[in-house]
Amino acid sequence: MRHNLSRRKFLKSLGMAALASTAPLKLVEVVYGQKIADKFTFAVISDAHITHIKGTRFVRNFDEGLKKAVFEVSFIDPQPDFVVFGGDLAQLGKKEELEHGLEIMSELSLPVKWVIGEHDFYLDMGEYWQEHVGPLYYSFDHKGVHFVVLNSILTYESWIQKFKDPMERMLNMARLDNPHGSPFMVGKEQIAWLKKDLEKYSPETPIVVLSHSPLYKIFKPWNFWTEDAEEVQAVLKRFKKVTVLHGHVHQILYHQIGNITFMAFMSTAWPWPYPVSYSQLPNAVPRITVFMNRADPFKERDGTGWSYLDIQDGYPTQYYQLWENAPRTVYYDPQLGYPVDRDYQDPARRIPPQEHY
Amino acid sequence: MVRRIFMLAVMGFFLGTGLAQADEFTRKDLEKWQKAFMAVVKEGERLFHSPLGSNKVSCDMCHPNAANTHPETYPKFQKQLGRVATLRDMINWCIQNPLEGKPLPLDDPRMIALEAYITWERRGVPLAPGKH
Repeated sequence: MRHNLSRRKFLKSLGMAALASTAPLKLVEVVYGQKIADKFTFAVISDAHITHIKGTRFVRNFDEGLKKAVFEVSFIDPQPDFVVFGGDLAQLGKKEELEHGLEIMSELSLPVKWVIGEHDFYLDMGEYWQEHVGPLYYSFDHKGVHFVVLNSILTYESWIQKFKDPMERMLNMARLDNPHGSPFMVGKEQIAWLKKDLEKYSPETPIVVLSHSPLYKIFKPWNFWTEDAEEVQAVLKRFKKVTVLHGHVHQILYHQIGNITFMAFMSTAWPWPYPVSYSQLPNAVPRITVFMNRADPFKERDGTGWSYLDIQDGYPTQYYQLWENAPRTVYYDPQLGYPVDRDYQDPARRIPPQEHY
Repeated sequence: MVRRIFMLAVMGFFLGTGLAQADEFTRKDLEKWQKAFMAVVKEGERLFHSPLGSNKVSCDMCHPNAANTHPETYPKFQKQLGRVATLRDMINWCIQNPLEGKPLPLDDPRMIALEAYITWERRGVPLAPGKH
């Protein structure tokens, strides 16, 4: 199943029309790729939600989103060092969905750092993932930065045990607005592992944490939330440069808590609303985030996309590639001490589609 | 004379009870009607979280708690259609496109249930017809 796709095969299979799609190429900075020791780039694809209908049929819309992201990431020139997949490859954790998603992802010739999402997990409790994709949590070093991948979508054992079968459990976790849902958590075992993993690193080492759910609390009813987030934040406190990157929310979202910069990934499948647009309950959506444009439902790929990140001097810049909108760039500003949008942070420069209500 | 008094009494009875039936209702009535309405909201919630088309996609996948549907802004000029549209038009648009299904008749009980759920989740928000 796994094979790398050559450029020649790419062009042949997709035709010359594909060449017209040069957007990601143009967005690459001139300096990008030059040998600068303190800067490197990785791409992000997240929340593909590949959905099995029946037999060999899958939801076309979501297949196309993932394929488009894989195609465009393959054309970044020069290639990023690796690709992060931010979780939720599947919609209901089915073998068919995971296999189909892995098949599409296998077109990438880059190494992939996998993060598991709740949609990949709650059917078989991560069995397929561990056998065919990789461990649920791990760490690695890259060009002076220490990366930690967490499985942040665990939950209470009592909730896990209350369903009559695995699919009922999966469906209950898959429903974002489930009033009988259960909050995500990293858990004691993993927090102990994290402490041990970080022990040997000095406070000067830049740390990048990759998780599926945000490691802070935004809106519990939709699980834009990690129950033990503060405990994880406390473990990260002694480091000077900490970035937490996460999927799950399907939107541009960024925040700063103490020493930790948070940024979210786009989904390739569909956008979620910001919790501010649910009028019945309070939310803690970070005030510094300039919202992405309200999606136009008539444009199937609007509100979806992928991104790439530069880590320079240990600080992140995320370049959101939005398929029906102008790209957005969010970077950590060391002077201000929090992340900002390059073009829209100034309230005077915001545009009407960024208003969500 | 007796006959006249009797007729007046009969007329008075019908008029009196007639008015009472039209104008007065009890707390029990209110509870009953609210219960009937909430049963339709509940059904709408179920439909909103079910695949209504042909591809297993459901409304809540893009609209948790029916958020980002803005029922208070309809009818409004829907720029993509080039005309003023109602919420029901847009419910059908979603059923036909992302859900790849067949549109519901506008007076279908399922359509009414979906509308009831969507508006219930937006209760208390002032009407803003035409707002984009």
